[in-house]
Amino acid sequence: MNYRKRNMIAGYLFIAPNLLSILIFVAGPVLAGLILSFMKWDLLSPPVWTGLTNYSTMLTDDNLFWKSLWNSLYYSILTIPVGIAVSLILAVLVNRQMRGINFFKSMLFLPVVSSITAIALVWKWLYNPEFGILNYLLELVRLPALDWLNDPRLAMPSIALMSIWKGMGYNMVILLAGLKGIPRQLYEAASIDGASGWRSFRDITIPLLAPALFFVFVTSTIGALQVFGEIYVMTDGGPANATMVFNYHLYQNAFIWFKMGYASALGYFLFLVILLLTLVQLRFMGKKVNYDL
Amino acid sequence: MRESQTTRALIFGVLTLISISTLIPFLWMLSTSLKENYAVFAYPPEWIPRPVTIEAYFKIFTMIPFGKQLLNSIIVSVSVTLGQLIFCSLAAFSFSRIEYPGRDTIFVLYLATLMVPGYVTLIPGYVLMTWLHWVNTLNALIIPRLFGAAYGTFLLRQFFMTIPFELQDAATIDGCGHLRIYGQIMLPLIKPALATLGLFTFMGTWNDFFWPLIVTNSEEVKTLIVALATLSRSYFSTDWPTMMAGATVSLLPMLVLFGFAQKYFVEGVVLTGIK
Repeated sequence: MNYRKRNMIAGYLFIAPNLLSILIFVAGPVLAGLILSFMKWDLLSPPVWTGLTNYSTMLTDDNLFWKSLWNSLYYSILTIPVGIAVSLILAVLVNRQMRGINFFKSMLFLPVVSSITAIALVWKWLYNPEFGILNYLLELVRLPALDWLNDPRLAMPSIALMSIWKGMGYNMVILLAGLKGIPRQLYEAASIDGASGWRSFRDITIPLLAPALFFVFVTSTIGALQVFGEIYVMTDGGPANATMVFNYHLYQNAFIWFKMGYASALGYFLFLVILLLTLVQLRFMGKKVNYDL
Repeated sequence: MRESQTTRALIFGVLTLISISTLIPFLWMLSTSLKENYAVFAYPPEWIPRPVTIEAYFKIFTMIPFGKQLLNSIIVSVSVTLGQLIFCSLAAFSFSRIEYPGRDTIFVLYLATLMVPGYVTLIPGYVLMTWLHWVNTLNALIIPRLFGAAYGTFLLRQFFMTIPFELQDAATIDGCGHLRIYGQIMLPLIKPALATLGLFTFMGTWNDFFWPLIVTNSEEVKTLIVALATLSRSYFSTDWPTMMAGATVSLLPMLVLFGFAQKYFVEGVVLTGIK
């Protein structure tokens, strides 16, 4: 057996388990999902080809579709800008030599490694209107108690607050790596020229951190549009559909009402939205964020 | 740019406050889990339970098969992690170190699957599980992930690429086959990457929720995380000490693992960008 042939056999044998698994459990389902999205199927009776019906139902005949799309967008607006700002402040604060700094970083990272379902359960308890610790703290500073998760206006902001708390350590670490990549001489030079701390931050840190900020922005957007576990544990989409996010609507269609075809169409719609958003973000921001030094 | 003593003290203060706010939910969870049922209604809330009791922990392990569920979580997370390490590294080695026709085309397919979010494959995946009669078995939780995902392969490939080819050529001349080069030369050189991939796979599998939720329904087969989530929507949802005991048990393995491997977690985030 010659060398090339041996290489080829070895090469394919090495990737075979991995490749087959990806074909069966990822690539196959992706195609099957697309086909399913043109069908009506409740898993019991045979599937029926319905063409674009699912997609037209989505756009014209399902109030919850628009509601859930808006809710996911609302959740993104609530969590992303504030979340990134908080992470940036934290990254700047921990980017120094100081006693206990590693301890602080570890504490901030604890929520990141924790499961969202356990965290959501704990926060549901914190948010308890009668015996929750948050209302107690509000009372201590003489503020009125809130009905956090049961108030349709407050439910989404409450979930957003928890998500920011959970995710800040993750983005902090990424931004911190970006900060460490900025050459110190730039700050020293700015300082000699008489630039204030704020000026240095605005004109050196922010522009040079743009690639990291951009990365955090894109991944946060993708993550925010897929929120699910916290809704399952905390609100079940309520009250009055105030927290009915896109994926929760999809989940209900598929696994409560067994509308497999319709739910597949919902999945593909979100997939397309995320793909488009990512491409737009890459196109508009990608150009502006490259400062090679 | 030197900071004044005051600035540094101020920063230290702010960081202390933020760390406390990070810890409060965890401490409150632990405190509640050690309380008698009536004590959670005390006003003002008590941080130190009086009396301290571990009744809630007994309750969660007897009310539902929490021990079995803990075991399920361990079996699933450990086997998926080991499987990913083995099969992703094998594939990554092949993609970066062996030359053969078709290799790069297949790799492009891998890159394409990276862009597919989990919920797109959720429904067909579920249908596939029903066809295989794997719904409500551990097979559904383990086998689809056991042989590795595109991400792990992609990540390890990046690391294999940094190793000079001379090393491999020398081994080949000495008569080493691919399997030996992979196992005895290459794998030891990418240990940090393997550690990172292993930790993040373990974390992702342990904390995974959407997929295990839909493919399991009997208590005996659920993972800890799913059991906890469904319990939180049941009749027992207002039994806060028991709920918090469950949450504590489900968080403990990750928190302990994090305590031991902080460095890999924190550096891993930067390395991988995995959540």
